[in-house]
Amino acid sequence: MELKEKLLASFMAFENQVDMDSPVHDIRSEAIRNFEEKGFPHRKMEAWKYTSLAPLQKVDFSLFPKEDSTLDYREVKQYFLHEIDTYKIVFIDGIYSSYLSETTHDGVDICLMSSALTKPMYRPIIDVYFNKIASREESLTTLNTAFTREGAYIYIPKNKAPRKPVEILHLSTGNEASLMLQPRNLIIAEENAELQVIERHQSLTTNEVLTNSVTEIFAGKDAIIDYYKVQTDHSTASLIDNTYIDQKTNSQVSVHTFSFGGKLTRNNLNFFQDGNHMNSILKGVTILGDKQHVDHHTLVHHQQPNCESHQDYKGIFGDQSTGVFNGKIIVDKIAQKTNAFQQNNNLLISDRASVNTKPQLEIFADDVKCSHGCTIGQLDQEALFYLRSRGIGKKEASALLMYAFANNVLESVRIPELKGRINRLIAEKLGVHLGFDL
Amino acid sequence: MAYTEEELKKELETKEYEYGFYTDIESDTLPIGLSEEVVIAISKKKEEPDWMTHWRLEAYRHWKKMVEPEWANIHYKKPDFQAISYYSAPNKKPKYDSLDEVDPQLRETFQKLGIPIEEQKKLAGVAVDYVMDSVSVATTFKKTLAEKGIIFCSISEAIKEHPELVKKYLGTVVPRKDNFYAALNSAVFSDGSFCYIPKGVRCPMELSTYFRINQAGTGQFERTLVVADKGSYVSYLEGCTAPSRDENQLHAAVVELIALDDAEIKYSTVQNWFPGDKEGKGGVYNFVTKRGLCETNAKISWTQVETGSAITWKYPSCVLKGDNSIGEFYSIAVTNNHQQADTGTKMIHLGNNTRSTIISKGISAGHSQNSYRGLVQVGRRAKNARNFSQCDSLLMGNECGAHTFPYIEVNNSTAQIEHEATTSKIGEDQIFYCNQRGIETEKAIALIVNGFSKEVLNKLPMEFAVEAQKLLEISLEGSVG
Repeated sequence: MELKEKLLASFMAFENQVDMDSPVHDIRSEAIRNFEEKGFPHRKMEAWKYTSLAPLQKVDFSLFPKEDSTLDYREVKQYFLHEIDTYKIVFIDGIYSSYLSETTHDGVDICLMSSALTKPMYRPIIDVYFNKIASREESLTTLNTAFTREGAYIYIPKNKAPRKPVEILHLSTGNEASLMLQPRNLIIAEENAELQVIERHQSLTTNEVLTNSVTEIFAGKDAIIDYYKVQTDHSTASLIDNTYIDQKTNSQVSVHTFSFGGKLTRNNLNFFQDGNHMNSILKGVTILGDKQHVDHHTLVHHQQPNCESHQDYKGIFGDQSTGVFNGKIIVDKIAQKTNAFQQNNNLLISDRASVNTKPQLEIFADDVKCSHGCTIGQLDQEALFYLRSRGIGKKEASALLMYAFANNVLESVRIPELKGRINRLIAEKLGVHLGFDL
Repeated sequence: MAYTEEELKKELETKEYEYGFYTDIESDTLPIGLSEEVVIAISKKKEEPDWMTHWRLEAYRHWKKMVEPEWANIHYKKPDFQAISYYSAPNKKPKYDSLDEVDPQLRETFQKLGIPIEEQKKLAGVAVDYVMDSVSVATTFKKTLAEKGIIFCSISEAIKEHPELVKKYLGTVVPRKDNFYAALNSAVFSDGSFCYIPKGVRCPMELSTYFRINQAGTGQFERTLVVADKGSYVSYLEGCTAPSRDENQLHAAVVELIALDDAEIKYSTVQNWFPGDKEGKGGVYNFVTKRGLCETNAKISWTQVETGSAITWKYPSCVLKGDNSIGEFYSIAVTNNHQQADTGTKMIHLGNNTRSTIISKGISAGHSQNSYRGLVQVGRRAKNARNFSQCDSLLMGNECGAHTFPYIEVNNSTAQIEHEATTSKIGEDQIFYCNQRGIETEKAIALIVNGFSKEVLNKLPMEFAVEAQKLLEISLEGSVG
């Protein structure tokens, strides 16, 4: 059975498992209808020109994992940012693990989507925010909406900030031969609130995993949100990440995406600016080898005047890896005085790697400053020679240059321990030991 | 001048005679609609050999299976292809008896462009005296060209006179199945130009359709084929700056350039067709397929100034097949009122050490939409490919839009690709600076726009560049309040 049919067939069973009276019942039914009509995206569609989901649809994914997967903390400690204290929301095969997690209701809510959807006290917030900015047209987003059950729920009220960063960790045990996960996150920072989130997907074995994740983020007036996505999964895991961000006046939201792992990774990052004087920051480092494929699709929609957006994506591609960058900036007619910048730099370090990039501007206002730049090239041979003439090995020398290349993005990571962790991941990926932290 | 008026007159009269089969105007317009019969009829009218008729028919059969492309960032009412007459002979009867009858607005534009009075008459379709500079120029030019072995004639003439060349090259760069409009053009093309430069010959003058007076009115489905043999050079000009009031709504031209080893082709276009009125009614739909093929060490350079047409859909491209070949694209696209343009280029790097440069300047005003759409593709075996692209957009007023859709596909690690794009408006400080020095706002804008487009204007042949500059000024008239 093809994946689409399997999903549609299991929708009924899924509906029976979850509470039928839940307020999101209608949203789910509408969403599954949209998915049924549209199906999986294919390569004839402009947005999916360079990324094919066809092989994934042939895999017989298990949709409902067994309930009783437990893990010992020691086994998975390395995947946490254990150097510092954090709130943790941990899922094992898509199911919440209270044993590994550390949630709170002390002034702020850092807990679970399932309880937010079912408990009446969260009802007013769910009514206002749930599924409000996630697309109702895009088929994969609606597929996730239809199967909404579990994920992270973070609510920071006005003028609050949690004491420590929040980690969202999705672990898959490999108890199933192949597993499809659909986490759904809702993150709300009210006026003047502040929040830092680190999200990571990790499989513990090389059994196949497909994750179709949707995250909705609301940043109220003057709110500050930093969101870090660490994508370093096994080469058998595929991730489709759909993130929708709504920003209000004076808010500042940054999303950093570090893509080093996975077989197929697709990031759909959408910013909607709904207010004045705000800043959106989108940054990413991609380092790939083997036959890995990463596709970054970003959209920044400037709907109001006097706003800024900054995009900076760096990619390093080796072996037979392929990279895609598609950045779109839309400036509406009333969004005068917009400053929108976009940059995409790529290094090709193997003859069989390839890069497809399409930085796009759609501008309807005249008093704006918008620019995009895009380069594809190699390591500077002279710089390499300079380093080698000073006794630095070839591998180390090129790694050093690649660090420098990616450093712009790393610099703006505001959690020092996370920065250190990313540095180590890069070194691991490049197979070198530099003996220093940047 | 070697010719006397008398001689010229006589020669032109005999020229007319060559086209004697046009005399019966009634039978020269085919009934509305498109079918195999119509394609055969067109081919017959043009007295084409059998192979050409078959070639057209095959194209028609492909076309029938194709659908109109919808991916471009333009919105328009699709033309009804069965409501068009696909063949009408050039109108040789003058429309007006004297220049006074011509639309005063049009005449004003001529004046601004500084077009000589006699040329004005010709362009507006006024009965002309035979003594006209361009006529004598055309005839003397033909002689010089023939001496060098250069073939420069209409494509229908070439099909009859030089079938071996046409057969060898026609449809090799833009295959009949390439796209919807190319297929349509291949089936029904009415006329166009053919140009062949022999080995090692440097064409001594700018070849231009502008001078080929006796082939005026080549119609809406124009076909151009330029072949530059090994080591040759040619500069080709198409179109003219004067506004042309063509009644045909749909234009679907195909241009093929072939630069063999060490050859160089420079192709410049100035397009100023009727853009529709201020409310966006009417205007020409311009769907053009232009492509060039570069063999080893060859170079193709496209320069275009696009100011007319309601819809422009045009991507002059270079296939850099040979090693060390070079492709260039310089473009200015100006849209005003309700015009829409979706234009750009494709650079396909296949050979080693290939280089390409793209400079695109988009200026949008009024309610217009201006898009740059380009592709830079580096094949897996293309070592050391180099590309530099720059797309700048200038917005005037807040009702218009500027868009960029650059596609970059690189499959070889030795490639070096740079792309940058900016969007901005004319700074108030710049205008203030000019005002302060006694330059009025309209002039100041023209000055700034000219500066903005300079990189491209510089690439045009001299006489064209001067006219193009004025044209930019006129196109943007009244766009800034």
